Amino acid sequence: MKKTLGLILIVMLAVAGPLAAQGASEKASTPEVYFLNFKPEIATVYTDTVAPAFEAETGIKLKVVTAASNQYATTLKSEMATSNPPVIFQTNGPVGLQGSRTDVAPLENTEFYKILADKSMALSIDGHVAAIPYAVEGYGIIYNQAIMNKYFATAGAKATSMDQIKDFATLKAVVEDMTAKKSQLGIKGVFASTSMAPGNDWRWQTHLFNVPLYQEFADKSSPADATLTGLAAKTFDFTYADQYKQLFDLYLNNSTTAPGLVGSKSVDDSMAEFALGQAAMVQNGNWGASQILGVPGNKVADSDIKFLPLYMGLPGESGYGLCVGTENYLSINRHASAEAQANADKFLTWLFSSATGKKIVKEQLGFITPFNTFSESEMPSDPLAKQVVQWMNKDGVSSIPWTFSAIPSEQWKSDFGGALLQYIQGSTSWANVVKTAQDSWTKEAKIAGR
Amino acid sequence: MEKTLKKYFALFALPGLICFCIAFLIPMVWGLVLSFCEFTNITNATFVGLDNYIKAFTVDGYFIHSFWFTLLFTIVTVVSINVFAFILALFLTRDVPGTNTFRTIFFMPNLIGGIVLGWIWQVIINGVLAKYDATILSQTRYGFWGLVVLMNWQNVGYMMVIYVAALQNVSSDMLEAASIDGSGYFNTLFRITIPSVAPSITICLFMTLTNGFKLFDQNLALTAGAPNHTTEMLALNIFSTFYSRIGFEGVGQAKAVIFTLLVAAIAISQLFVTRSKEVES
Repeated sequence: MKKTLGLILIVMLAVAGPLAAQGASEKASTPEVYFLNFKPEIATVYTDTVAPAFEAETGIKLKVVTAASNQYATTLKSEMATSNPPVIFQTNGPVGLQGSRTDVAPLENTEFYKILADKSMALSIDGHVAAIPYAVEGYGIIYNQAIMNKYFATAGAKATSMDQIKDFATLKAVVEDMTAKKSQLGIKGVFASTSMAPGNDWRWQTHLFNVPLYQEFADKSSPADATLTGLAAKTFDFTYADQYKQLFDLYLNNSTTAPGLVGSKSVDDSMAEFALGQAAMVQNGNWGASQILGVPGNKVADSDIKFLPLYMGLPGESGYGLCVGTENYLSINRHASAEAQANADKFLTWLFSSATGKKIVKEQLGFITPFNTFSESEMPSDPLAKQVVQWMNKDGVSSIPWTFSAIPSEQWKSDFGGALLQYIQGSTSWANVVKTAQDSWTKEAKIAGR
Repeated sequence: MEKTLKKYFALFALPGLICFCIAFLIPMVWGLVLSFCEFTNITNATFVGLDNYIKAFTVDGYFIHSFWFTLLFTIVTVVSINVFAFILALFLTRDVPGTNTFRTIFFMPNLIGGIVLGWIWQVIINGVLAKYDATILSQTRYGFWGLVVLMNWQNVGYMMVIYVAALQNVSSDMLEAASIDGSGYFNTLFRITIPSVAPSITICLFMTLTNGFKLFDQNLALTAGAPNHTTEMLALNIFSTFYSRIGFEGVGQAKAVIFTLLVAAIAISQLFVTRSKEVES
């Protein structure tokens, strides 16, 4: 009798377990769209504004999870392995797409692809469109017009307006003169801290580096093919290492922070210094607008925040504008249910083409979008985004594309960043930094199968 | 009774066994399998043989470097933590007022999470080094000693509590007999007290040894391996391998398997050695 009872109990336990699990999964299979957001700075806009508005208009639930800064790859990997993986996720370019090639759904028949203005901007893999860009961004040197005006008014100023700064020589003369007059200008340094804290060196090992990278591969092929050539490159010469060093040194020697201390500075620190008026310039992109305008005690007026290209002494650099491109691509998860995939398409199309969606994009998300549904007047209203659009349309100036997507691996960036830090601290020579960049490229390109 | 127990043993062990399988055995076996595969998540693995293990050592020297760094770190911290913890325990088992307060204070750092500790010490150390125009990332040795200090601060209190408990259990008869026989303080300490607390020493050595090898949070928060991977310890190296390149998840997994075997081997041999030194009290 006892034995039978025992057996019955075991059987009940065995049956009840999976049943309970099934009950839970049934609940989860409502047509919800799970979007894994890349940008922490606008996370609340998605959860507080976008999701409720979308649900109100279409009845489809939107779940937005945002990965912590610099943790997207980590978060995506672990989320992908769950039973309820993200339906929409971000891909950061051709190299990133390689990593998720088994997860991306073909997008050529989606409505979202149809509204993309320039179809060549989408990324393809294995013969299918797999990732569509949703925001174009630009970066350069952000400067504070008010401080610059103050400088131009001083005796013996090396320039009298920003229009005169069109190459590295002028920039250097102005910056060094400003450093000499910094107490007069009321600043701690011309440039905000060269942030080198772990995870905060991307402004140098990726963004600043983009300029010599582009120039080298443009020389080897043509300006239009620079990125493609770079993506296939087995070796990298760092032809313009000296130019890179010139500008990097200028940042370091005319900064708010002594070179020895930059290892403790984060990008947030740099942006705060700029926002508080302690620095006149900072290298960053239009995504940084919220970090300037949102800093408590911000002393910079919207109309004073402007962009200058990264002049480092390249031949013909007066004709270069900002570095404009994107590493913000969206992909749809192939493993999600067909219904979820269709809803994901609906959501993206809604966000970038409906009146409500476009209003949110323009006013709160602040994306410069590559979609044909946006007219000229619907471009974002924050000062830096406006500046990017202006620079893109400036006569006689061409933007530098984001060639850094050709960098073979994250490891290369960390190797180069590590070498830069050691160079700053004086524990390695510049020649070694150049050698690290070259050797690591050869090695990483080989591992990447080029 | 015996008979019934035997009869139903399997039945009663079953829930525990199922939990053990789900939470431990299956993930471990699966982890081992994955180390021979190329994968981006656990559902899309393809078998690649020993490729990952070869890559773990050949692609860059960071793994080997992190091993030596971890070993040195572990040796230094095992010695320093146990010596400091034991000395504190000796002081705090004496009849002086306020011992409980001090025990609490020394134990408290252990209640703070590793990441937070890392940040706290980063701020402190950078604050001090700022005087010399440097940061903790300036030189490898700054990072090394920073980690040692941090680890001591966190673990001394915990080990101290274990030693205090052991010291209070040392037979007073033996101590009394020793003092009647005219044994001095240090003689008593080395001949009677330390052999009597040997089981606690085994436990503390085991814990500090494995803690040293497995250190991750503190390493990530304090230096994140900078400058140039030189302060990267084994666990952090495994973690960064996962995300360093496309398709390197399997290599990270292979390193993790090697790491597990290594820690297990070291911990077991340490247990074996110290166990043989224990005496029955």
